[in-house]
Amino acid sequence: MLNYNFNWSVIWRNWDKFVDALLLGLGMAVVSLLIGTLIGLLVAYARGAGPRWLRWPAFVYVEFIRNVPLLLLVFFVYFGLPELGIYGLDKVQSFVLTLSLYAGAYMAEVFRAGLASIPRGYAEAARAIGLRPLQRQRYVILPVMFRITLPSITNNLVSLFKDTSLAAAIAVPELTFTARQVNANTFRVMESWLTATALYLFTAYAIAIVLRLVEKRYAVIR
Amino acid sequence: MIFERGHFIYEFWVARFSLLAGLWTTVSTSFLTIVIGSALGLVLGLVLAYGIWPLRFLARFYVDVIRGIPLLVLILFAYYGLALFKISVTPYWAGVIALSAFCVSHVAETVRGAIQSVPAGQDEAAKAIGLPFLKRVRYVILPQALRRVLPPWVNTALEMVKGTTLLSVIGVVELLLASQQAIARNYLILQFYLAATLFYFIVNFAIAQLAAALERRFRRFKY
Repeated sequence: MLNYNFNWSVIWRNWDKFVDALLLGLGMAVVSLLIGTLIGLLVAYARGAGPRWLRWPAFVYVEFIRNVPLLLLVFFVYFGLPELGIYGLDKVQSFVLTLSLYAGAYMAEVFRAGLASIPRGYAEAARAIGLRPLQRQRYVILPVMFRITLPSITNNLVSLFKDTSLAAAIAVPELTFTARQVNANTFRVMESWLTATALYLFTAYAIAIVLRLVEKRYAVIR
Repeated sequence: MIFERGHFIYEFWVARFSLLAGLWTTVSTSFLTIVIGSALGLVLGLVLAYGIWPLRFLARFYVDVIRGIPLLVLILFAYYGLALFKISVTPYWAGVIALSAFCVSHVAETVRGAIQSVPAGQDEAAKAIGLPFLKRVRYVILPQALRRVLPPWVNTALEMVKGTTLLSVIGVVELLLASQQAIARNYLILQFYLAATLFYFIVNFAIAQLAAALERRFRRFKY
């Protein structure tokens, strides 16, 4: 059925390009996750414990980001910010900014659920031994919350990594863009896309497997 | 003032037909994807839960591979790759095929999870009253499982609606690309992106709220 002669030399010739692309995607995902975690924490606290004037914007932020396609957000930030007079972001920075805002909304939901799942007794016990409000969060609530939410954080990192493929739409030379370029330059359709597929699969599962081990190490024993 | 060249209202009115055509493409691709994806996903989910091992292994392989690669790669692969199999498709159908393939794997995983989350006692009770396998699945397991499928299924459906924007990359003129084409004519970047954004937000948020309401209703039915 498939009369196609594979010629993998094209891939080996562009191998360092693929590796650079993969590392760029991974880097963008990790940075976005870190910034997103920070945003997510602030938003989760704002939604859970903030004053009313903060709860509402936090809710709007989360629901807005979660219900709008990421590609649209990418274009919005990339083409829209200069329009608002904000120059000086290159395409990688612009994409990382978008992905961070995107991750922030999802992390906020994760952390909100995490915070809600911690029994009241923890906060009460922390109070009973005389910890101040910030200390209670810092030494008691947050460590437990991070342990509980670790599986969700793993999932988010994997999907963020997959979402870096959208950076191809604004010509960031990550994996999808590279595969597309190699495909266009050499007409080796199967080779370029199978390579991209394999690299995405391998990396996504590598992230998942490594972080599952970390999860096991830090699992909450109930 | 408003009905002048360069004003958003005017330009929006000028672009109304192309935007509507884009909107229609978004709706039709979403609909096709969700229908095809859900139907095949249900079957694949049953295979994952009850299939004999070679079938189950194949299904598991398919689901895990598709879930491990980005949707955009799948779309581009389908767009460039299907021709090699002597399948000549328009970007529209290449996109629908890729989106459906993605949707199938997600629905299948949800269905499998839901089936396996039905307590074993239910199946045992059905066995005890003498129901054969197919009737057990049809009358006892699936009705309970499908109720649990609803929330994640709506999530997947929303993902698919959002995923249709990726078709703009292979040149399907859906709402996003239609907006971009309007922008290319009049440079009202913020206004048109904002309009598209608001549209997606309203539709998806409405569906999500509807699903949440349905879920609350279904919560009454517990064993």
